[in-house]
Amino acid sequence: MAEITAAPPRAARRLAPEDARNAAREVRAQRLRAFLFVTPLLAFILFAFVAPIASMLFRSAYNPTVADLVPATLEALEDWDGEARPPDAVLTRFAVDLKRLAEERTSGQLAEEVNRYLPGTSSVVKSTARSLRRADDAALAEGGANLLLEADDAWGEPGIWRALRKSGQVYTASYYLTALDLEMTRDGTIQPRDTQIYLKLYGKTLWMALIITVLTLVLGYPLAFHMAHSSTAHANFLMVFVLLPFWTSLLVRTTSWIALLQTNGVVNSTLITLGLTRDPLELLYTQFATIIAMTHILLPFMVLPLYSVMRGIDPSYMRAAMSLGSRPIPAFLRIYLPMSLPGLSAGALLVFIISVGYYITPALVGGTDGQMISNIIAFHMQQSNNWELAAALGSLLLFLIVALYWLYDRFVGAGNIKFG
Amino acid sequence: MAKTYDGTFLEFNDVKKSYDQRSLVVKGFDISVEQGEFITLLGPSGSGKTTVLMMLAGFESVTSGTISIQGRSINKTAPYKRNIGMVFQNYALFPHMTVAENLGYPLGVRGMGAADRKARIAEYLRLVELDDFGNRYPGQLSGGQRQRVALARAMIFEPTLILMDEPLGALDKKLREQMQYEITRLHEQLGFTVMYVTHDQAEALSMSNRIAVFNDGVVQQCAPPAQLYEKPANAFVAEFIGENNFIDGRVERIEGGHAVVSIRGEGTVTAEAAAGLEAGGRCIVSIRPEKLFIHPSEHAHDHEIEVRFVARIYVGDFIRYYFRLPDGSEIVVKVLNDLSAPEFAEGDTARLHWLTSDCIAFPHGGKMPDVAG
Repeated sequence: MAEITAAPPRAARRLAPEDARNAAREVRAQRLRAFLFVTPLLAFILFAFVAPIASMLFRSAYNPTVADLVPATLEALEDWDGEARPPDAVLTRFAVDLKRLAEERTSGQLAEEVNRYLPGTSSVVKSTARSLRRADDAALAEGGANLLLEADDAWGEPGIWRALRKSGQVYTASYYLTALDLEMTRDGTIQPRDTQIYLKLYGKTLWMALIITVLTLVLGYPLAFHMAHSSTAHANFLMVFVLLPFWTSLLVRTTSWIALLQTNGVVNSTLITLGLTRDPLELLYTQFATIIAMTHILLPFMVLPLYSVMRGIDPSYMRAAMSLGSRPIPAFLRIYLPMSLPGLSAGALLVFIISVGYYITPALVGGTDGQMISNIIAFHMQQSNNWELAAALGSLLLFLIVALYWLYDRFVGAGNIKFG
Repeated sequence: MAKTYDGTFLEFNDVKKSYDQRSLVVKGFDISVEQGEFITLLGPSGSGKTTVLMMLAGFESVTSGTISIQGRSINKTAPYKRNIGMVFQNYALFPHMTVAENLGYPLGVRGMGAADRKARIAEYLRLVELDDFGNRYPGQLSGGQRQRVALARAMIFEPTLILMDEPLGALDKKLREQMQYEITRLHEQLGFTVMYVTHDQAEALSMSNRIAVFNDGVVQQCAPPAQLYEKPANAFVAEFIGENNFIDGRVERIEGGHAVVSIRGEGTVTAEAAAGLEAGGRCIVSIRPEKLFIHPSEHAHDHEIEVRFVARIYVGDFIRYYFRLPDGSEIVVKVLNDLSAPEFAEGDTARLHWLTSDCIAFPHGGKMPDVAG
């Protein structure tokens, strides 16, 4: 007869100290191995993503240029009430500083910075710097104030000094105010600026991204639906066409739209040949061109998540709905559409976020009308050299996208995103 | 087409189906089903049984022939107008709706008011013993519970006909048996007509009023379970349903429904003659392993054969013995695991007994199913 063995008593099931050590060592080794696998990704994210964004956020509120150039003047200006012309001592200090800048050939930087707060000041600073460079050091220390006023009357106005003091602030919210088309008045209240640029541009960017998202959805949903419900061979064949744009350079695809849309391009010559229009239509360098080209480029981002989610929806769900008495369209709306929502959300979110920050295509085919916020950021980076404003605009864009994502998570649920 | 007589509820009349316009998947299916019957379509995969079900549900078109319910053809009726309940293999419970919403869906589609709907949902939840599960989502239920919800959803709008496509295929053995009982109970309680598709013969035998055995698009036999098992119409059914021994032989003569068959190295045996058997032709003699008895036994018998012992396999509730016939073919005997189960050493001889009425001779050349013992 076989012996019936009882389960071991409770105490015997507890780990001995030796066993516990071995188990802990094993867990440590596993963790280390897992960490090594993701190290390249972490390093990449840190250096190529976290660090640049942190530096952008920092730079959008931090501008030490003027403070480094004329520290003594700014110190002296601290006690000034900002109403009348500053005392002569301050002017003299500044004259000495400016001469040093002229000799170091950095007065241009100061001119540019101050000019942002008081347009037209750039030439005043530059010409004064030129005339002060020849001044004698001793004479400058004596009557720098007079020399300064002789060089340009503008130094007698309090406004230019206010601008100088403002530009000397190391930490400032003024770039954010500018990015939101606001400015701070002398008494500290915030009011809209005379020229409204950025808010309108943000609005237009969001609007265009929304149109592009809707267009890719309208084009992509039926396509993904058809692909998900056809045979594997047929679906793979169609998938090649969806992926074809991915294998072609972005630049080539955008340029091909130029060839299609330009005044003597394919579209216009076809329309004229068909007699539908006598004069060529203005298609290129418009908002229309940006939207149509970006829809084309971003379509795969909509189709791929939709397709992979739809592929996982068993056809028996629709059959079940119909066997329960539902007509095809209500069954689709009530059963299929909610089940495809994870793919739809993923696709829409992906297309929307990518298009909000899109740069190349609007730059090439958008003209002035089809520009998006990224293009103005690039302009401030490359042409106007106002990196701080570019950083503030970029940071606002980042906040905007995070806020939209938060709203999405709030109402749809981030768990509802499925990329594959 | 013959006018349906009273009692015929569902009728398939020479129904054929082709997917590729070249070959037929279903080759002329005929059946008449009475109200309240439990019909099972049984067959190996690819035999066309699911296609028949899909045509009945309206998800596949009928290539030729007619399907009629209560004498009216439904060939052209849209699936959502057929009023046929269906239970799917994967249950197809809508994952984004609660159990109650799933059950309420067919009622809402039919425009039932909220109060009536609520009462009906509660009633059917009670029926499948899931009273407190109305607010759960399908993902929070076990396999057996999902199966019950799927059943309730297929019944709740009171269809006269319910189709089940391998509904228990995804459950483990214990649950499957429990659900078989459950389905039988509901069928008897509510009296709906069932068309059930399965490839599991035990399931088919234990639940059905009649079973249609499918092979290669053709119904091999349509009969009540006991008849199917005891009196298979051909070698395919004999092999497909249950376990069977097959011995090659030649028909000497046929007299009064009995065939005298000569077996190489063995002399002659008498067996029930199946349809299509011809004197002088080759045949297969079948006998079920549990109808053979090892000498000495107290069972009645009129035949005896001497065999050589090969192996004994302990299964649990019974023991399986393998013997070799003089012509070299193997034969299996099933013996209940009681004290009478004999022990043999390799090479021992034994004598087997059986009754003529348990032994059937089929014409040779019939298509044999591709299933292992």
